[in-house]
Amino acid sequence: MSKSKFKNPVVKWIDHRLPVFSFMDHELNHYPTPKNLNYFWNFGSLAGFALVTMIVTGIVLSMNYTAHVDYAFDSVERIMRDVNHGWLIRYIHMNGASFFFIVVYIHIFRGLYYGSYKAPRELLWILGVLILLLMMATAFMGYVLPWGQMSFWGATVITNLFSAIPLVGESIVTWLWGGFSVDNSTLNRFFSLHFVLPFVIVGVVILHLIALHRFGSNNPIGIDVKGTQDTVPFSPYYTIKDLFGLSVFLSFFAAAVFFFPNFMGHPDNYIEANPMVTPAHIVPEWYFLPFYAILRAIPDKLGGVLFMFGAIAVLFVLPWLDRSSVRSSQFRPIYKIFFWILLFDCILLGYLGAMPAEGIYVILSRIATAYYFFHFLILFPLLPYIEKTKPLPISISEPILGGAATASAFATREKK
Amino acid sequence: MPKNSKSKNNNEGKRDFLIISTYAMAGIGAAAVAWPLIDQMNPAADTLALASTEVDLSSLEEGQAITVTWRGKPVFVRHRTPEEIKLAKEVSLDDMRHPETDEERVPNEKFIVLVGVCTHLGCVPLGQKSGDVKGQYGGWFCPCHGSHYDHSGRIRKGPAPTNLEVPSYKFLSDNVIKIG
Repeated sequence: MSKSKFKNPVVKWIDHRLPVFSFMDHELNHYPTPKNLNYFWNFGSLAGFALVTMIVTGIVLSMNYTAHVDYAFDSVERIMRDVNHGWLIRYIHMNGASFFFIVVYIHIFRGLYYGSYKAPRELLWILGVLILLLMMATAFMGYVLPWGQMSFWGATVITNLFSAIPLVGESIVTWLWGGFSVDNSTLNRFFSLHFVLPFVIVGVVILHLIALHRFGSNNPIGIDVKGTQDTVPFSPYYTIKDLFGLSVFLSFFAAAVFFFPNFMGHPDNYIEANPMVTPAHIVPEWYFLPFYAILRAIPDKLGGVLFMFGAIAVLFVLPWLDRSSVRSSQFRPIYKIFFWILLFDCILLGYLGAMPAEGIYVILSRIATAYYFFHFLILFPLLPYIEKTKPLPISISEPILGGAATASAFATREKK
Repeated sequence: MPKNSKSKNNNEGKRDFLIISTYAMAGIGAAAVAWPLIDQMNPAADTLALASTEVDLSSLEEGQAITVTWRGKPVFVRHRTPEEIKLAKEVSLDDMRHPETDEERVPNEKFIVLVGVCTHLGCVPLGQKSGDVKGQYGGWFCPCHGSHYDHSGRIRKGPAPTNLEVPSYKFLSDNVIKIG
């Protein structure tokens, strides 16, 4: 270590013994990144920012929260009225959950559009789906903690999903509750798990990043990086781009926190939980609505539960369902159309999940559910046999440097 | 090494046995350690101890209903009118999802006792208060996903898979029941 890249003697001394600075320099500074990434590649770092925001505000909230059926609701109201800046911290945490899901859903659809899940990034994708599942569990349990009417009845309906399992269903539900209904034991364990799961998410995020840095980011063209001419160092190019994206994100986030903090919530959750009275219209948080619509579309209890979990299970095997070797939709004219249909389908399912389960809404949610599974189970494996893809560019640099002429010029120069 | 394949095989067999039995014992040990950690989530002794409730029905007039709490859940008790009893007894079981006669479900035909939790996803059905919607069959109606129950608490329409549960209870005297 005669020639260290660090000038600061303290940094040099530490790095020689514990190479954390070399690691950060390598992964965050020099890390070669495709030079053609668009703004959809901002959402990974935004999700990371949202996760950190949730953990920091969550730890602070837990210092003022009481996980007991007699005190939980009042302790949250105390946070809102009496605790210094409590209203701000809680509104950040509450809206932060919604924004976390917005960012992650955009991140997922980015992956679907540009084929980011394809070889060799299958495990990267699977770890991402695992993070989504953990996020859903964490968000669900967090929503129970204020112990309002929606908290209580959401917890009742969702835990009852497990009673659909044949033979052992009822025992599993009693085990989840720690009693014969959602009660104090349930609230306590949900608080404990809601506290710990985000740190599990941090662990999986680290694995997600290790898998990402193995082959680097995918890019809008979806072809592999051919050499250093196709990349730029992560810093300053993408650190500054991510920071710009973050400032735009924060503008929207701050607008929600300060001007519409309850827009994405339900007024019923400001009524304390009452196990004797069910609210007239139970709706989960908006980010669960598409899955809730699938659950209600199937006229059978067990079937509904299986299809709902199946909607996420298909994402795990997506890298093997999609038989196309072309990653980016830019070169898949037919798939590109179906991508937008899928996006519309998911938004439609979200709308239907918020509507009462009757009449036209039931029929529409059945059609939308059928399309969702058709897209993943039939379209993805079969479309590549029919679709004629457009010719791929030779390299990432080619379309930027002016098309075929430049590429052939490169080729002739290389021959010489 | 002498070419004695027989003894070599014997040794390998012994080694496999040792390895497999070691893993098996480790597995049993791990399961034994895990069990208390899993079972602590099941209902605790004090929760189980609260498992019975006594209800006095003497002030319950014909057509009235009361809701009591048992194990943290609502229990419906309704004093049925003669017409309601007649309807519940005479209806055909043929097109019911979960066919049960009224006699199987209601030992004392005047008082029906039910766990007031919809068997679909656990909401509390309406029908206990005089102004409530009682559904197409006059019993109870679950507002969450639209299940209709009749005067005997049997599922007649909607997504619920089974009839409203009848808790275990007995009459301590003519007008007092003990649930649980």
